[in-house]
Amino acid sequence: MTALYGIFRHDLGLALRQGGDTGLVLAFFVLAVVLFPFGVGPEAEILARIAAGILWVAALLAALLSLDRLYQPDYEDGGLELIALAPLPLELAVLAKSAAHWVATGLPLVLLSPLLALFVDLDPHAIPTLVASLLLGTPFLSLVGSIAAALTLGARRQGVLLSLLVLPLYVPPLVFGAGAVEASALGAAARPDLLILGALTLAALPLAPWASAAALRQALE
Amino acid sequence: MINRFANPARFMRLSAAILPWCAAATVALLAIGLYLALVVAPPDYQQGEAVRIMYVHVPAAWLALSVYLFIAVASGVALVSRHPLAEIAARSAAPIGAGFTFICLVTGSLWGRPIWGTWWVWDARLTSVLVLFFLYLGYIALVNGFDDPARGAKAGSVLALVGVVNLPIIKFSVDWWNTLHQPASVLRLGAPTIALSMLVPLLVMAAAFWLLFATLLMVRMRTGLNERKALALRLNRMPVPSSVRAEPASPASESVASAGPALR
Repeated sequence: MTALYGIFRHDLGLALRQGGDTGLVLAFFVLAVVLFPFGVGPEAEILARIAAGILWVAALLAALLSLDRLYQPDYEDGGLELIALAPLPLELAVLAKSAAHWVATGLPLVLLSPLLALFVDLDPHAIPTLVASLLLGTPFLSLVGSIAAALTLGARRQGVLLSLLVLPLYVPPLVFGAGAVEASALGAAARPDLLILGALTLAALPLAPWASAAALRQALE
Repeated sequence: MINRFANPARFMRLSAAILPWCAAATVALLAIGLYLALVVAPPDYQQGEAVRIMYVHVPAAWLALSVYLFIAVASGVALVSRHPLAEIAARSAAPIGAGFTFICLVTGSLWGRPIWGTWWVWDARLTSVLVLFFLYLGYIALVNGFDDPARGAKAGSVLALVGVVNLPIIKFSVDWWNTLHQPASVLRLGAPTIALSMLVPLLVMAAAFWLLFATLLMVRMRTGLNERKALALRLNRMPVPSSVRAEPASPASESVASAGPALR
């Protein structure tokens, strides 16, 4: 448990203290959302209609942006091998690293999303649903993203490869997350979509660290 | 039994013997199947002649799913038993599977235009097959993305197993969601809901596609094995760098000189 917490605190400390990761992700999230009004025009009705999709796609891309830093620093300085050799099961270490990644990037996205919802004229009634859907969905992004980050360790052009692998896997949370927000903006029930989103994250919670650890082991061989 | 046939040398001999027959059978079945599908089979009472696209679309879709399953099983075997042939089978099958998926998407689009009135709709079946296509592309990119081919093969194996979650979603998407795409009419519980005069050409075409896959897979696996052999030969032939081939007289390089023969 101490080891688990140690890894979590170490990763979180690095992400927050260097200021790079969290700040960059948030800046990217804001910029990506702000670009849409330039692209589709400033009419409030059009923006409100596609607001759910804009916010979710931007959050997804922002989460993707920081994934390559999940294992890369530890892989380069050899720390990853020590983690793999430690008595702590690698699956749990992966879980701690994913949790730290989520707290450093996913959680700030969730907190910032109500503000950005105002930029794109999302129906105010849908804002709680937006926050809930991001809160349920962003852990999935960190968990499943950790698999792709582990797979692409040491690859040529890691960034492009990472997005190619991870974006197809991000389609289900995008569909249900944006679906929930849209349903609630139209006055329909968002509960079914939110339940499926929660189920996705719950399924990823035990399965993704397992796959990710398997990928790490063959990267360290 | 698997180990007996998974020997690369035996595979090369066996596949050399089977390959011409397999290729001939593919051509024959494709000819028969296309004749049955394009000439003999009746036009649909609603769709008219456009229904004939089905005889290419449906087998391609079946193959797209089956080839992915094949890759996943081969990857699992490669990860567990570390058999070189399983790795080569998985990486050789991927571009073929991507090709079938592409054919499935293109023919589906061409079929959708006259029947549904649109090239593309974002319903669950179409979207999940598109995701399958991207999974194939991601797998191919990952396998070729490393300087060390062995590392690429292993990373690809893990990805193939992760991607399996998409297969049940594709198969059952038409049952779980209310889609524009029609529900299953051949592979379903109970009797097929397709007329026998259409089912027979469809099954012949499916058999032809399966044989085509087997033929292409054998050709690609043989190429992969030959490539590996050529690489091994080239590494053996490589001249030892002059810094390693030091004179035994100089005492400083003694340890290097003793390592020389092992390197060669």
